[in-house]
Amino acid sequence: MALTFKGGLHTYDGKDLSKDKPITVLLPKGDLVYPMSQHIGAPAKPLVAKGDPVLVRQKIAEAGGFISACIISSVSGTVKAIEPRMTVSGAMSPSIIVENDHEYRTVEGFGEKRDYKSLTKEQIREIVKEAGIVGMGGAGFPTHVKITPKDDAAIDYVIVNASECEPYLTSDYRIMLEYPEKLVEGLRIEKSLFPNAKGIIAIEDNKPEAIAKVSALVKDDSDIEVKVLKTKYPQGAERQLIYAATGRQINSSMLPADAGCIVDNVDTVVAIYHAVAETTPLHRRIITVTGDAVADPRNFWVRTGTNYAELVEAAGGFKETPEKIISGGPMMGLALFTLDIPVTKTSSALLAFTKDEAAEYEEGPCIRCGRCVSVCPGRIVPQKLMEAAQRFDDELFQKLNGMECCECGCCTYVCPAKRRLTQSFKQTRRSILDSRKKK
Amino acid sequence: MGLFHVSASPHTRDHVTTNQIMADVAIALIPASAFGVYYFGLNALVILCVSMLTCVLSEYIYNKLMKTPQTPYECSALVTGLLLGMNLPASVPIWIPILGGVFAIIVVKQLYGGLGHNFMNPALAARCFLLISFAGRMTNFTVTGVKESGVSSETVYKVLNGASSVDGISGATPLAVMKAGGEADLFDLFFGFTGGTIGETSALMILIGAIYLIARKVISLRIPLTYILTVAVFALCFGGRGLDANYLLGQVFGGGLMLGAFFMATDYVTSPITPMGQIVFGVLLGIFTGIFRIFGGSAEGVSYAIIFCNLLVPLIEKVTMPRAFGCKKRRKG
Ligand code: SF4
Ligand code: SF4
Repeated sequence: MALTFKGGLHTYDGKDLSKDKPITVLLPKGDLVYPMSQHIGAPAKPLVAKGDPVLVRQKIAEAGGFISACIISSVSGTVKAIEPRMTVSGAMSPSIIVENDHEYRTVEGFGEKRDYKSLTKEQIREIVKEAGIVGMGGAGFPTHVKITPKDDAAIDYVIVNASECEPYLTSDYRIMLEYPEKLVEGLRIEKSLFPNAKGIIAIEDNKPEAIAKVSALVKDDSDIEVKVLKTKYPQGAERQLIYAATGRQINSSMLPADAGCIVDNVDTVVAIYHAVAETTPLHRRIITVTGDAVADPRNFWVRTGTNYAELVEAAGGFKETPEKIISGGPMMGLALFTLDIPVTKTSSALLAFTKDEAAEYEEGPCIRCGRCVSVCPGRIVPQKLMEAAQRFDDELFQKLNGMECCECGCCTYVCPAKRRLTQSFKQTRRSILDSRKKK
Repeated sequence: MGLFHVSASPHTRDHVTTNQIMADVAIALIPASAFGVYYFGLNALVILCVSMLTCVLSEYIYNKLMKTPQTPYECSALVTGLLLGMNLPASVPIWIPILGGVFAIIVVKQLYGGLGHNFMNPALAARCFLLISFAGRMTNFTVTGVKESGVSSETVYKVLNGASSVDGISGATPLAVMKAGGEADLFDLFFGFTGGTIGETSALMILIGAIYLIARKVISLRIPLTYILTVAVFALCFGGRGLDANYLLGQVFGGGLMLGAFFMATDYVTSPITPMGQIVFGVLLGIFTGIFRIFGGSAEGVSYAIIFCNLLVPLIEKVTMPRAFGCKKRRKG
């Protein structure tokens, strides 16, 4: 029996479009844009100025605080400007713009193989920090902070989130098929930081080939286990994943570490491998470009800073005019109104659809069907929460566990009355979090 | 490059809509109503059609008069009309479904805010209103055109044995027979060759519709199952017949329980939204139905039990709010 959680749903998964397309390397054509905010926490601080030459893998911005991450150049060339540019959220972020000389000259010493066993824990953590690694599943939480819990001995599990439950996304799947050994070695490295930890690689049961490949690699590791999860959205949501893999439950005010767990997504663990074992900091991303408007859906190895428009071009352009473009998955991704946006560490997919399903239906009155209640993985009652949100009753909203909502989108997806539940919860949660900060 | 649509996630939607769900309910009611027409004759068809038409028209006219936009949920009014018709005896005069339909849609549904806001099941509220106002006509189960059925040579039944003077004809529905100490013929009960309202007699046809609804994931078994089981247990404990299979099954298949449990107690708007609440609701329904049937003056109790429990729904929801994932404390809403 595959492991899972209560609630959730099945959607059309769309993965067939790109799941059999090998990862291809995409070289950038235009300028590269590196926003200083591409992680949770303080923005990074530029270390270069206009006119400076830069090399591939050079650190061009340093962490701006304890919770922050540095930024690495993915090409060689010259700093053209440091100015605000638009990011996926639609906000302007100060960015370093690098003119690519297409020579890809690298900083010396990079790319060398090294054995993690000869490194101390402090060295490994420092390497991860200097590599600018953040959670690449979407949240962008700095990884060096995550792998430095209060007590190393209290960590029982290091979990690789390989569920890839968002429809259409296939980048993690391709990684598991094409270089599973890097994933497994990355996990071994990460696990070595915690004396009591077991490793878990959690994969949904709709990826049998990936399960087979990864399982074969860990068959001699007594303390690494592949756990097969039921295919269901949002199986990869952190709290639901921890529950399915370990039976432990955490709420919104707890960290995975409070339940003895560290969770990282596939590409993040591969980034750890590259940084530690191959002396290569994070300067690239595996990204799926797909959707029914894309001529040739593909998976790319792409340098951070590359313009989204170049991704579309490399995927054969649009075969039909798209109505909606999404960065990330259809359930939690961000809709874009322009393609003039750079690939960042957290870009997992670029989707283009000829139809905007969200705009197709009109919103009607709630018929109290209870569908939202049965799919909510947070076990809250979205129907009631909506009443609180619509009345701007923040107190009631919190009493109804509104802060436990992970914004997974399941309730909006199933609602037959097409009410925009998740959307309202997002707004209310933002405003409550903002007012908490002010206090 | 032109501008693309921008909206907050999620960007995809399930294709099920409100109207589609209501249409599914209507489809699921077809076997039972078809049987009603077959068994009770053409008059039953007229009642069903008039009832549905009245409900749909009432909604349309109300929206016109109130200058509210026409709602694209005509299937919801259609279901109300169909259910109302199925809850009427085939012998009622034509103005009964008209009056009932107007009452259901205008008073019970629209005046309380329209779809999703009524706190009583419109069809049942209308039935109870008609029962109180026109007890005689509503309990006259004169069956015309009945096929050779074998249940009894009588062609006249009556549901409320307490009102045996009604229309001067004596006779009884299976529940009334049992209440008076007799035995019900289970075979006839299950297939529906018995007295009752147009849509409630055939347990088999109702079950076929229910299976369709469950397969289409429109309803879950939580409410109907707990409801029916509770009625059986209640009858076992208080029916005074002990473990008498014939009596217990008679209680389950007789009267309006099957139709009520699968099609009216499960009405989204007037049943609890929390999973735990649905179970509590089912149990309460069973207890009240049992009380009304066994200790009450009449042999039937489903309609009253359902509308009474409808009123308890907000309370039930309050005490059955689920515990959020990963939270220890159960917070009350
Ligand atoms: S899914 Fe939509 S219609 Fe159903 S109870 Fe929730 S909010 Fe209401
Ligand atoms: S978006 Fe929030 S309320 Fe809706 S299903 Fe997900 S966790 Fe529950």
